[in-house]
Amino acid sequence: MTPFRYSRATDVADAIRQSGDCNTRYLGGGTNLVDLMRETVERPEALVDVSGLSRDIEELPDGGLLIGAGVRNTALAEHRSVRTRYPALSRAILAGASAQIRNMATVGGNLLQRTRCAYFYDDDGSRCNKRLPGQGCDALEGFNRNHAILGASPSCVAVHPSDMAVALAALDGVVHLHGARGERSFPVADLHRLPGDRPDVDTLLEPGELITAIELPPLPFAARSTYRKVRDRSSYAFALVSVAALLDVEDGRIRDVRIALGGVAHKPWRAFKAEEVLRGGPPRAAAFTAAADAELADAKPLAGNGFKIELARRTIAAVLGELAGETA
Amino acid sequence: MTITVNGAAVSLPNDPRVSLLDLLREDLHLPGTKKGCNQGACGACTVLVDGERILSCLALAVQFEGRSVTTIEGLGMPGALHPLQAAFVEHDGFQCGYCTPGQICSAIGMAEEIRRGVPSHVTSDLSSETIALSRDELRERMSGNLCRCGAHNGIIDAIAETFAPKTALAEAAE
Amino acid sequence: MSILKDAKDLLQGAVQGAMGKAVAIAPDSWMPGGEPDPLIAMRHGHVGRPHSRIDGPLKVSGSAPFAAEFPMEGMAYASLVFSPIAKGRILEIDTTSAEAAPGVLAVMTYVNAPRISPPPVFLSGAKAAGGDDLPVMQEDVVRWNGEPVAVVLAETQEQADHARSLVHIVYEARRALIDFAEAKAAGSRTAVFMGEPLHLEIGDADKALADAPVRIDSSYSTPRHNHNAIELHAVTAAWEGDTLRIHDASQLVAHTAWSIAQMFGIDEKQVVITSPFVGGGFGGKCLWQHQVLASMAAKLAGRPVRLVLSREGVYRIVGGRSPTEQRVALGADREGRLKALVHSGTTAKTASNMMAEPFIVATKSAYASETFKLDVRAVELDMLANTFMRAPGEAVGTFALESAMDELAEALGIDPIELRMRNEPEKDPTSGLPFSSRNVTEAWRAGAQRFGWDRRDLVPRMVRDGEWLVGMGCATGTYPYYRMPGGAARITITSGGHATVDIAAHEMGMGTATAQTQVAADRLGLAMDEVTFRYGDSTLPGVVLAGGSQQTASIGAAVSAAHGALVKELLKIAGNDSPLAGLKPDEVASRDGGLCKRDEPERHETYVSILGRARQASVSVEAEAPMPLETQHWSMHSHAAMFCEVRVNTVTGEPRVSRFLGSFDCGRILNPKTATSQFRGGIIMGLGLALMEETQFDERKGRVMNPSLSEYHVPVHMDVPEIDVIWTDIPDPHTPMGARGIGEIGITGTAAAVANAIYNATGRRVRDLPITLDKLL
Repeated sequence: MTPFRYSRATDVADAIRQSGDCNTRYLGGGTNLVDLMRETVERPEALVDVSGLSRDIEELPDGGLLIGAGVRNTALAEHRSVRTRYPALSRAILAGASAQIRNMATVGGNLLQRTRCAYFYDDDGSRCNKRLPGQGCDALEGFNRNHAILGASPSCVAVHPSDMAVALAALDGVVHLHGARGERSFPVADLHRLPGDRPDVDTLLEPGELITAIELPPLPFAARSTYRKVRDRSSYAFALVSVAALLDVEDGRIRDVRIALGGVAHKPWRAFKAEEVLRGGPPRAAAFTAAADAELADAKPLAGNGFKIELARRTIAAVLGELAGETA
Repeated sequence: MTITVNGAAVSLPNDPRVSLLDLLREDLHLPGTKKGCNQGACGACTVLVDGERILSCLALAVQFEGRSVTTIEGLGMPGALHPLQAAFVEHDGFQCGYCTPGQICSAIGMAEEIRRGVPSHVTSDLSSETIALSRDELRERMSGNLCRCGAHNGIIDAIAETFAPKTALAEAAE
Repeated sequence: MSILKDAKDLLQGAVQGAMGKAVAIAPDSWMPGGEPDPLIAMRHGHVGRPHSRIDGPLKVSGSAPFAAEFPMEGMAYASLVFSPIAKGRILEIDTTSAEAAPGVLAVMTYVNAPRISPPPVFLSGAKAAGGDDLPVMQEDVVRWNGEPVAVVLAETQEQADHARSLVHIVYEARRALIDFAEAKAAGSRTAVFMGEPLHLEIGDADKALADAPVRIDSSYSTPRHNHNAIELHAVTAAWEGDTLRIHDASQLVAHTAWSIAQMFGIDEKQVVITSPFVGGGFGGKCLWQHQVLASMAAKLAGRPVRLVLSREGVYRIVGGRSPTEQRVALGADREGRLKALVHSGTTAKTASNMMAEPFIVATKSAYASETFKLDVRAVELDMLANTFMRAPGEAVGTFALESAMDELAEALGIDPIELRMRNEPEKDPTSGLPFSSRNVTEAWRAGAQRFGWDRRDLVPRMVRDGEWLVGMGCATGTYPYYRMPGGAARITITSGGHATVDIAAHEMGMGTATAQTQVAADRLGLAMDEVTFRYGDSTLPGVVLAGGSQQTASIGAAVSAAHGALVKELLKIAGNDSPLAGLKPDEVASRDGGLCKRDEPERHETYVSILGRARQASVSVEAEAPMPLETQHWSMHSHAAMFCEVRVNTVTGEPRVSRFLGSFDCGRILNPKTATSQFRGGIIMGLGLALMEETQFDERKGRVMNPSLSEYHVPVHMDVPEIDVIWTDIPDPHTPMGARGIGEIGITGTAAAVANAIYNATGRRVRDLPITLDKLL
């Protein structure tokens, strides 16, 4: 691990002040950043500890929730309002990592996890455009079973590893940011970038910008939401494919629907095309499969991950089927 | 700058790179907390911080100023074992013994999470206030602690025997 | 011929010709184990009781010291730099920045490393322990991707790890042979295992196969695997004058001491290896470069050195199981009797080791076929040397053979257990030797009943539970009885009646100290707390490998020999005033804290009394175990009937094991509690083998790409159902204590039982491990 300065932020303003140097990183639970620093994939000169900030979950007057970025994953998953009004979010968090890691990891840090691509991690022996732009990508022709089928580029085929972010993308979550130039916010689904020719840039965050909170809008039909994760081990493994979905059925018609996919792209993949196909139609198996097909029409398999297309197709259909069954 | 370890206040390291795990093992000579991967993948380094289980290998020690850490050494020693430690011996919940301190600390943290009603991936009804202490619940919640010798059955038996009666009582009281 | 030479020849399997035949036809009574061990008849002693581990309280409180936990005054911390190329030369090493980094004491490379000899590679000599025979940091040559090229020593681990990243090396890469297919195309050779070619033909198997009315002919593959003991390989090494002291995590302390002594050109007594607790071994905790590098660095820096490999480091420098590609072809008559058994294929090794994954070994004794054709070919790659991993050969070989038996059963329309029973041999089908004890039929019968095998549908894809298809499968597990030469032990009894048994053996989770204390207590006629079992130290007697499931037999035979010597010595000391006066050693047994006439137990004197009268504070004897000729006189194997119930998700293909039963025939079980754990542990590693384990070796550059416990999947708690184990408990009359090894058999047969259950559930036959969900979609 490269030597670094450590300091603790007293509040958001203090954190932003301290982050003046662009080689400073904010430290949440450390569960991903400390690991990457030890692998010398990340080499910040300073860490500003923000893990003590923004640890509240606030009920908003409009019925939504405002989740501080420092809230621990466990605290969010066990929060009563999340469990009952946004169960997909609880389920997604509980499907991720291990209890120990969920106790440490913050909501902000979870969103900013970096890919688990083996070539990205291998600072000593592999080429990776995400680590070092222009170096080349060893995953393209290498082990890419876990890699992207949607939105990848010739320079990067990595996937985003978060489960929580997939649920937040489906639930229309909004991320609140503070930076030197003030505050801003945008949908979680837009936070992460597609790799293009700059896979080193994971998100739209500007240097020094800090995630302060996630807002969940009031979304009554989110009470009928779920998250399904498909993985090689029964637990404690990253998703091959995951699906977060909400389904609002009224009078035999799909009034509204949200779907997001994990494990398939460089970002949590909001399945807008599938939603479009479904809206207004009947909640039937054929429609669910057609919607999945629409979303996956542009999927491009690599040598090792072609199965993900069929897996995603089936999992989307099964999750929607389950929700439709519940609603019926 | 101090941190409390098993009840005693100790100084935090000057080098912020020192993990809580290495502080315990190398500086404080408390090697009961084990290093199995140093990358948050095996759970052998699990300790309790203010009663909550975390991975000490991914924790920078400086982040834990003022916090109270309990390690396996703080739970019980030969001659005065914690009931869960004794149950591990009785049920042969280990072979080589290397993942064992982490399994035990993790299980104690888990018991508190269950008491608090924290759901898990296998909890079918998220809205329920109480958690049924099924083997599946225990297995899912302990999945962050790898064991390569294959003592999984004995570990779950030891945990079930130690904590199940209390939870059953708690359920009966409600 | 010296004993050492004997040992060497035997280990290499050289005793195959005239002498081997002589051993085979010699009378039973000439053999070790010719007379049953008297402990077999003793049914009410400590042996057979489910004692909790005597070191349990130490382990559950974190007080059992492991290799990285011995603090030494002035200790420096080491960190390794690994080569990122598979083959080539180091053109330039710049250590200036690393040396200038805070806390750095030294940077060792081939330029300044102490000059030492290459390691004696395992199986090249009685005490050779090296994973390979390559020079350790002596030259500018790189031989595998991951080879250590520099060691950084610093005051703290953090400083060493950082400075490691500052070592700048320029390589000249050369073309390496790392692609298995390419190597096969270039040509393979008949593989050799323990001195024997892995090739055997009986009759004309090809013709018998072609003529057989029913036949199957299938190809199977298994990937690379790593042991992944949770304890990282670690060593704390110090030179105390001319003596090198190493706190190691080792399954062969005596071998390691001798081998390191050879490398440094010193006497083996000048190397002291201690290893009281090993945090899992499975074949991986042997002699690799880290012990040597730490010793070299300690010499260079003049300070004790602690070297704990990173998890990545374990993958880079500790070998694992090699990949295999296997063919099994079975020809049978319509009743299922085997006419031809063909098991062949290819595996990968290196030019620098003597270990070809011997996947046909189990097949040699499995079934009564009229003809056999068994053959293992090997290619040599430019990679880290592969090595022994739990049941080398059998773990992956039984996957192919026992999957094929299931395929044949289906082709015949016969129940797969019945098919196995119809091919049960009377004597060893390839060596012709009698079995020492074989009760696999009993194991099948008991297992089938307990598992509810009769509820299995013969036709696949018949049982559905919601989204899940449910199926049952079975397979035979088997592992040979081994006992390696070199076993020796010392027994000391004090005038207070306390016995100490000393032997350079190992505890890495098997429960050695516990089971051996039980055995020693019975053998000596003492209570458990009157016996101390000391082990894990190379200065103790014996050359004992904790491997090949043979440590129990090896210790048992050595302690039995030492007990014989003890009786002799005590009779001498007892003199004419003892009630034992005039008795010959073979008329005497140990009982109730002393000796007695075997058939007249009241003619007895306690150890306390004997030593008291002689005014001796203690008596101490040491003896060597006899050469293990029994393994050439009988065909000696353990067996298991493995039963699996699996659930496969129809949406996602996820395979999950819901029930498992292992029904074992492993001779007498010394401690049911620890044995249960051993059996389960093997089975659970077998579940990993079946469903998820694979070391991802990038064949473009020879680099392991998942060197971590998050990307190399081993089973987690949620993957492990309750695993039922039962056993016949029929003693083997020809082994010490009537026991055969139990450490490895659990992983054998398991992968096939899972694969066969998956076939029964889904109708899909997967012949390539691991059986991940993408193969079941």
